[in-house]
Amino acid sequence: MGDFINIFIKSAFIENMVLAYFLGMCSFLAVSKSLSTAFGLGLAVIFVLGITMPINWLINEYLLVGFDVEFLRFIVFIAVIASTVQLVEMVVEKFSPGLYAALGIFLPLITVNCAILGGSLFMVTREYDLVDSIAFGLGGGFGWFLAIIAIAAIRERIRYSNVPPALRGLGMAFLLTGLMGLAFLSLSGIDPAVFGGWNPAK
Amino acid sequence: MATTTEAKVAEKEPLFGKQERALMTDPLLDNNPITIQVLGVCSALAVTSLVYPSLVMAIAVVFVCAFSSLVTSLLRNTIPKAVRLIVQLVIIATLVTLVNETLKAVNYPVYKQLSVYIGLIITNCIVMGRLEAFAMANKPWRSFLDGIGNGLGYGLILVVVGFIRELFGKGSLFAGSPIAIKIIGPSPEYLIDTATAGQWGSFVFGWYANNNLMVMSVAAMFIIAVLIWIQRSRNPKLVDIS
Repeated sequence: MGDFINIFIKSAFIENMVLAYFLGMCSFLAVSKSLSTAFGLGLAVIFVLGITMPINWLINEYLLVGFDVEFLRFIVFIAVIASTVQLVEMVVEKFSPGLYAALGIFLPLITVNCAILGGSLFMVTREYDLVDSIAFGLGGGFGWFLAIIAIAAIRERIRYSNVPPALRGLGMAFLLTGLMGLAFLSLSGIDPAVFGGWNPAK
Repeated sequence: MATTTEAKVAEKEPLFGKQERALMTDPLLDNNPITIQVLGVCSALAVTSLVYPSLVMAIAVVFVCAFSSLVTSLLRNTIPKAVRLIVQLVIIATLVTLVNETLKAVNYPVYKQLSVYIGLIITNCIVMGRLEAFAMANKPWRSFLDGIGNGLGYGLILVVVGFIRELFGKGSLFAGSPIAIKIIGPSPEYLIDTATAGQWGSFVFGWYANNNLMVMSVAAMFIIAVLIWIQRSRNPKLVDIS
């Protein structure tokens, strides 16, 4: 259990997907103009990451490594992600129209969100086990969610300030993301030993 | 009959006319994929702390972008609308697998350095974006040029950012490649040695220290913001009005 919490905290705060690895930057910049849509997209990312990571882990462990066809990893992972997103969309639409209304339009966008594929690839290079990869998926998704709602809130406010014309919009978004990245660096002081042991190798 | 229409088309669309050239040069500055179209920022900023990996990444993206555009454009009339995203993803993923395996065989240290980011070219929005916006509606040769142009525009930004970050962060250029140069630093290997006492180097450059901010990933965000700032102040037409 200690490992689970460790990896969750580490991937959410210390090695934030957007601010430390630039994963999912396109949708991060494009969809962060208003707080409510950012909130929806953030939830959808947590949801999809949490589901695709264990599925990709199982496929990688038992099919790709098992049959020694690891060079197919990219194609298989992206196919799994695309079909999972499609499946999740249909299931959510059928059983929970409320959730579908909130996440619906964002789900197709997520297939090409680098955070999802990047999460699965990191999981392979870091040799996580099944529980670790669930923790990494949920934690990474939560970190992404935090980052996008924070920048959306700032961008909503900054509309009323006097930004130099050439920096309006995109330029300011880049600067803000950089500053948020610096701010998040201070979270690397969190001592995960509090949550039951810290294993730097993981 | 068929040959005459073909000849006419060939007359209308020269192999490398003005329009074709524009397809390749526009994305370099005025329609740059990163600073103007905001595509493909995702996968690559983390690799720009050194010039050499950025250069390799840029070449990989040009290759994938050009050939996926070509293949998609050749298949554009046979791909059913409903599954086109999946088809495009498979084409891109195949090309990226090719790049990945080649790089692993040819230059393992750089492969290690780029780690997951080569794989992430699959979800690089530039590639998908150009397939959707251009290759699905244009002829193969022009799509191919458009792919090269956009790949180069993206690569240009990567290399510029990598150049600034490596020069100020590490005091070297092209580290890890055959033409590595060490420019400024506290040991005799560097062109300008800041440590040796008594030489003009230490007298003039004794104050110099590497800027550690440049090594951190956030530096890439600041550099791109500055590039956007310069580009948009020079050309006010590009200013974001929203």
